[in-house]
Amino acid sequence: MIYDKGKIFAGLAIFVGLVASPFWYNPVFGTGSAAPPEVQLPAAPAKCVLPRDEMRASHMQVIYDWREKVVRDGARTYPHPDGEDRPMSLSNTCLGCHEGKKKFCDTCHEYLAVQPFCWDCHFDPKEHV
Amino acid sequence: MGTDEGKGMDRRGFLKLAGLGALGAAGLPAGWSLLQPGEALASAPAAARGGKRWAMVVDMRKGCPDDCRKCTTACHQEHNVPSFADETDPKRHEIKWIWKTAYHSAFPGNEQQFAREDLEHKETVVLCNHCEHPPCVKVCPTQATYQRPDGIVMMDFHRCIGCRFCMAGCPYGARSFNWRNPRAGLPAKVPNPAYPTRMMGVVEKCTFCSERLDKNLQPACVEACTEKLLAFGDLQDAAAPVRALLKEHFTIRRKPNLGTQPQVYFII
Repeated sequence: MIYDKGKIFAGLAIFVGLVASPFWYNPVFGTGSAAPPEVQLPAAPAKCVLPRDEMRASHMQVIYDWREKVVRDGARTYPHPDGEDRPMSLSNTCLGCHEGKKKFCDTCHEYLAVQPFCWDCHFDPKEHV
Repeated sequence: MGTDEGKGMDRRGFLKLAGLGALGAAGLPAGWSLLQPGEALASAPAAARGGKRWAMVVDMRKGCPDDCRKCTTACHQEHNVPSFADETDPKRHEIKWIWKTAYHSAFPGNEQQFAREDLEHKETVVLCNHCEHPPCVKVCPTQATYQRPDGIVMMDFHRCIGCRFCMAGCPYGARSFNWRNPRAGLPAKVPNPAYPTRMMGVVEKCTFCSERLDKNLQPACVEACTEKLLAFGDLQDAAAPVRALLKEHFTIRRKPNLGTQPQVYFII
């Protein structure tokens, strides 16, 4: 025997409905999902230090790895498979090709709501010329 | 009555012998390894660490021109060192990598009543001494500051948690703490975007321009000094000009009695 059965189950239904709103809001109101970002790729994507899929999945590990190697071990050059070694540098190598922080990095990071702290210290050289 | 010899060992004697045996088994190898020849790594000189030994020689004889700040300017531009140069601000905040100071401030304890008069009024540039035995490295809890095999006392700004133990440890005041956001002390277009700034809550200091040494360049201050009062080189290289300078001149170092073995030498 449950007292106020009707009120309790109605309240529960409303609660579950509200909590589940992220799952039904878009289909019901037809708003659709946010458009995936259109990332501007550099003119010569083949020159990147790793294939595109690998970079997409693990660029943060690559950058962390570079950081340790440069700062702790003093090893500054990345042996690129194309034979043309490059300095391991976020500001100078990555952004040397890519269209800058705002046009490249931020596009995805904002879409995914991640806030890497690279830019607390490092610069986008193009913004300071 | 005493034990009868013929009955062998009593309990007391057995326990004594067993204790001695155990002590010997555990203690002898430990004692032996302590007596083995070898060198503690932390106190090994640079040559034993298999590296170079970068050092600087400052020629104080001629003295810096009065208002010259070329070395400081060049260094601070190269490394985006902020400037909060409001002299009227009571809480004046200063970040410095290389700066000018009076002789008696640089070499306390050397005061004499009748010393050479020119020394009294002399100014010299001082910077991180990149000590052979750096106290800052010993006290850093995160190993954000560490000594490279070539002797440079390096900072990993990523790892610094801002505890300022190193500032307490450094006897030369060579470290500065970013109490404010360093970007606020820089122009909107930073002097050298290829080099990062630091962030608030991080300690910074001279790195002997490790990034320039990798490109076979001299440190920015040495290059900027038009009076050629700064010399930089590898002390492990017998043919290096810095070795010749140390050989030919009498040099002093800052607070040598502390045993930190500073690697910035001053010709007075």
